[in-house]
Amino acid sequence: MGKRGKGEEQITVEIYKEKHRSQVREVVLGAAGGGGGTRSHTIKVGGETTLPFLHFEGEIPNRPVIAMEVWDMVPADWPDNLKAFFSDVYSDPAAWAKKCVDLYGADLVALRFKSADPEIRDASAKDCTAALKKVLAAVGVPLIVYGCGKGDKDNEIMGALAEAAEGENLLLGVAEPDNYKSLAAAAMAYRHSIIAQSPIDINIAKQLNILISEMSSSLFERIVIDPTVAALGYGLEYSYSIMERIRFGALSGDRILAMPMIGNVGNEVWSKKEATGSADEYPGWGEQPERSLAWEAVTATALLQAGMDILVMRHPHAAALVKQSIDELMRDHNP
Amino acid sequence: MFIIGERINGMFHDIARAIRRKDPGPVQEWARRQEAMGAAYLDLNVGPAVADRVPAMRWLVAVTQDASKLPLCLDSTDYDAIEAGLEICTKPAMINSVPVVQEKMDRIFAMAASYSAEIIGLTMNETGVPRDVESRIALAVELVMHCDAHAIPIDKLYIDPLVLPVNISQDQGPAVLETLRQIKLLSDPPPKTTLGLSNISQGTKSRELINRVFVVMAMACGLDAAIGDACDEELAKAVAPARILLNKDIYCDSYVKIFSNQGR
Repeated sequence: MGKRGKGEEQITVEIYKEKHRSQVREVVLGAAGGGGGTRSHTIKVGGETTLPFLHFEGEIPNRPVIAMEVWDMVPADWPDNLKAFFSDVYSDPAAWAKKCVDLYGADLVALRFKSADPEIRDASAKDCTAALKKVLAAVGVPLIVYGCGKGDKDNEIMGALAEAAEGENLLLGVAEPDNYKSLAAAAMAYRHSIIAQSPIDINIAKQLNILISEMSSSLFERIVIDPTVAALGYGLEYSYSIMERIRFGALSGDRILAMPMIGNVGNEVWSKKEATGSADEYPGWGEQPERSLAWEAVTATALLQAGMDILVMRHPHAAALVKQSIDELMRDHNP
Repeated sequence: MFIIGERINGMFHDIARAIRRKDPGPVQEWARRQEAMGAAYLDLNVGPAVADRVPAMRWLVAVTQDASKLPLCLDSTDYDAIEAGLEICTKPAMINSVPVVQEKMDRIFAMAASYSAEIIGLTMNETGVPRDVESRIALAVELVMHCDAHAIPIDKLYIDPLVLPVNISQDQGPAVLETLRQIKLLSDPPPKTTLGLSNISQGTKSRELINRVFVVMAMACGLDAAIGDACDEELAKAVAPARILLNKDIYCDSYVKIFSNQGR
């Protein structure tokens, strides 16, 4: 476009706007006093009537949020540059959670009960509920609660955790196609929300939501989809395109896919050599501390553009960078 | 592709009797049943035997709306009856139907504009239904132009290329399919299309089989809606995979059930 001279006509360009006929369901995380819980506030996610950040085209009533990951044990395999931020609080998940919220500005805490893994510590449901109660008392933000990732053990502990936090509207994870009934039953009985996880497969994502809806139509309104994300360099583009299709489906009227989405970004990134490998091992890749946090931040911001509503992250500085990016993308549109 | 449930029609004895006796029972029963089976609209036709169609249509709209949340498709050649129905419709309705006859189009398009209604336009005029694709398309163009002239969004126009019974006019099947294809080229966005599906199988054996094979063929040519038997489970079972194969719905293992539940 050249400079416009005096007397030249101005050309009006009409921006093409896509008219979507539907919207993503809004899901509330956490419950405050009035809602039967003890959170200081609740958080709404979803509700979009357009693709990510196209403010000119539709409504994005709720900003994407960042959950920081807290474990109930010392994460042995985290690299030093990540561990360093939490070394003073590792023995105490409540203090760890509080540090994430108070110092690093986490919107939510994602509490992972790694110690319940039978091959690690095989912690009992009783130990886990005690830790959960401490975390609930230490922070006011809504919580995401993950098991250890071993189906049978998770079925044992998740019911107890759900019961111990009755009415708190935790976001419980994860329901999978071959193991969703006990988690869904716990979420129904004790009034929590649920993460439905599918292996980078939109057909399974849809089917799992149908299976959950057949158990309870009200729990169907409290599903958050985990489409399974991959780190940059490990199939991020597959996750991206599945998320895009889920969101297109939601906006074009497929109510079975009209849920907010969550991604376990930290968990994916921090197991990859690009995040953990030293500069000695990989000369030419740059220093590991900067590289790793950039890897997590870049993965997360790419997923934001695909419609991610909740990012579960680990490195406080990566989280801060992503938060800054969200601020800019939501500028003048902050709810 | 969605189904406009055809069952609330005075051609059926139970509905004719219900209208005569002002008994909402059978009407509401069929409204609920068709909705449960996945109909997206309910067609309402007071039938030929009614003396005064205006109050009959108004009654039919009122009792149907009491039983179902679906939008209605008001089906009559008596435009006073359609207008009486539109006045009390709680949701934007569909007008069924208008041929390419000037004074009829003038009235119906104006009515549609003032009630935000959708319109089914027929590719026929005073001289009847044309037999070839070109003449049908020429009439479709007139419908599109009228829509434009009344500033009605083009996707509120459903053009019906008019199917004839296959045992009488076998050559009309391919002509209708080709017309459906070409209607989609008339404008951008294109008009919608619809068919009176059950006509194709009038007087044939195994009517339902012919209906469901034809609807799937028509969907591949761009069919958006069909007035038909919403309670024909086999029809839903054919439409559901056709929607998947045409990439209208995202596949999941329960695709038949999903279609039956949401009726699109």
